[in-house]
Parts: sequence; C-alpha cells; structure tokens
Amino acid sequence: MEDKQKPDGIVLTEAQQKSRRQRSVAIALALGVLVVLFFAVTLVKGPAVLVRPM
Amino acid sequence: MSVVDHHAIELSPRISEAAPADYIALLKPRVMSLVVFTALVGLMIAPGHVHPVLAFTSILCIAVGAGASGALNMWYESDIDALMSRTANRPIPRGRVTRPEALAFGMTLAFFSVMTLGILVNWFAGGLLAFTIFFYVVIYTIGLKRWTAQNIVIGGAAGALPPVVAWVAATGSLSVEPLLLFLIIFFWTPPHFWALALFRNDDYARAGVPMLPVVAGPDATRLQILLYTIVLVAVALAPWPLGYFDAVYGVTSLVLGAGMLGLAINVYRHREGSQALRATRKLFAFSILYLFALFATLLLEVVVHALMPSIW
Repeated sequence: MEDKQKPDGIVLTEAQQKSRRQRSVAIALALGVLVVLFFAVTLVKGPAVLVRPM
Repeated sequence: MSVVDHHAIELSPRISEAAPADYIALLKPRVMSLVVFTALVGLMIAPGHVHPVLAFTSILCIAVGAGASGALNMWYESDIDALMSRTANRPIPRGRVTRPEALAFGMTLAFFSVMTLGILVNWFAGGLLAFTIFFYVVIYTIGLKRWTAQNIVIGGAAGALPPVVAWVAATGSLSVEPLLLFLIIFFWTPPHFWALALFRNDDYARAGVPMLPVVAGPDATRLQILLYTIVLVAVALAPWPLGYFDAVYGVTSLVLGAGMLGLAINVYRHREGSQALRATRKLFAFSILYLFALFATLLLEVVVHALMPSIW
C-alpha cells in the first residue's frame, strides 16, 4: 500500500509566503537605508564624526 | 491508561499574513505627517547652517520616533480601539497584527530612532526624542488617557515637542522660539481634540474613555473649547509683538486666529441638532488648517529669505 507522507513541520500557504517575503524585503530596505545614512553622515562629518556634543 | 491524550492538543502556531502596509498603518501616517511638518519648521527657523544630510537624518529620526509612539499606542489601546468606529479598522483589532508584534515593532523603532539621532546628530536631541516617546506612551497612553478628562491637555505636550527636538537637533541647545512653537501646539491640542470628541462622543463613551464631553457634558466642553481657543489665539499672536516672528507671521496669525475664534464661538452658541454638529466639524477641520497655515508661514518666510535676502 502506498503511504503518502505529509511534509514535516509547518507548511506556509501562498498568502503567508507572499506576506513573509514582503516583510523581509521591507526589513532589508530599512536596514539598507540605515547603512547608507550612517555612511553618508560619516562622510559629511569627516574626522568630526567622533565629536558628539551633549 | 495515559492521563495525557497526545492527539487532543494540536499545536497550530499563528503564521502572520501581515503586509508591510499593516505595519505602516501602525505608525499613524497622518499624525506622522503633521509631526514631520512641525519638526521641519522647527529645524528651518533655527539659526545657523545645518548640513542637508544631518537635517534629513533629524527629520527621519523624529518621524520614526513618532511612528514608534503610534505603534506603542495601538499596542496598549487595542481593546478600546476595537470598540470605537474610528479605530476599529486598525491592524490589531482587525487581526492583521498581534499585540506582541506591535509592541516589538514599536520598541524596535523607538530604540533605533533615539540611538540614530543621538549618535549621528546630538545626544540632547536624542534624549529629548526619547522623552517625547516616553511621555506619549507612558504618561499619556498608559497613565492619563483612561484616568482623567484632562488627558489630552497634559498629553498634548508630547505632540508639541517635535519642533523643539528639531531645533535642538539643529543647534544643540534650547531657545525661546522653539518653546513658542511648543506653546502654540500645546494650546491648539485641546480645542482640536475636544471638537473631535464632541462629534465622536458615543464612540468614547462606549469605550469608557473619559474624554471631557463624556465626563463633563457637551456644554462644559464647548465652554472649554472657547476658553482654550482664546488662549491659543493670544499665544500664537504673542511672538509678533515680542519680536520673535515678524509682521507677515503676525498678520497671518491674526487673520487665522479670528477665523478660529469665530468658529469656536459658533460651537459655543449652537448646541442642538445639525447646526451644532456642523459647527464642531467645521472647527475640527479648520483647526488642522490653522496649525498648518501658521507653521507654513514661518517656513515660507525662511525659504523666501534664503532665496531673496534683500526682501527682509
């Protein structure tokens, strides 16, 4: 007798996969913006980047 | 016989189907847009030159901080949001985002906005932004909102701080001008929100939020709206004779103030039926225009002065 085994673990529906992908892209973009921002401010401040007045 | 039936409990973890749009809704984009605008004015009227990258960073951090406050507000208020027609469609009551997800989202954004502003701009501004988020979430949302009818009077301080944070980001210090902007928004908040509360009275009563119309009644609220509007108009006009803002601002403030006062008197006079409803809706709508136009005038003056310095 053929016994079809169910896949182990949680199987995401198409909608769940799509929304997860969208959220991952959004997080990646946000992190990318943060990296660019820190890089740009470092260029702008130059050596003064370590001077952070209270 | 085993006392535990292994087949009785089927673990089915909740898998989120929330899209980025649901998380953007948690940020309260409309509130955020007003915060960005008032902060931009605070930044632009500050003396001295601010590098555009630092200016952009400051406004971005203030916007994200405001968004974090919105998300944390929705985390805490999801129970009453579900009861009010105005807020029932928010991501948590709709089941798109869970409360722990909103909490984690809000805390993450709050942390990154404060740290980024502190590290990249200055720690005075970063600290002030942290205080603003703390004030809105802990003092207003958790402490005052369900406890006293003065909730939005005291809580209004949180909404009034963004231009001050922006000024501090630009200059590294405090001065009278940003405090004047703070006072304008602070005294603008009660008439604006009480006008909203007057025509959303049933919503707030159903949710058990002690807004002034629910606790003291519509007539007492109408009087308070009028009194606060008189103070607002005076406070918004004062910077002109005191010499902080010039005549263009003064005349604009005078004209807009007359409009605001006229509508507040209308709200006070018309207490029954459709006329009363129309009067409160008009005041609510005009109050947004009032604040926007007042701050836009300051912004316009800075821009015109920068482009054509000979005019002033």
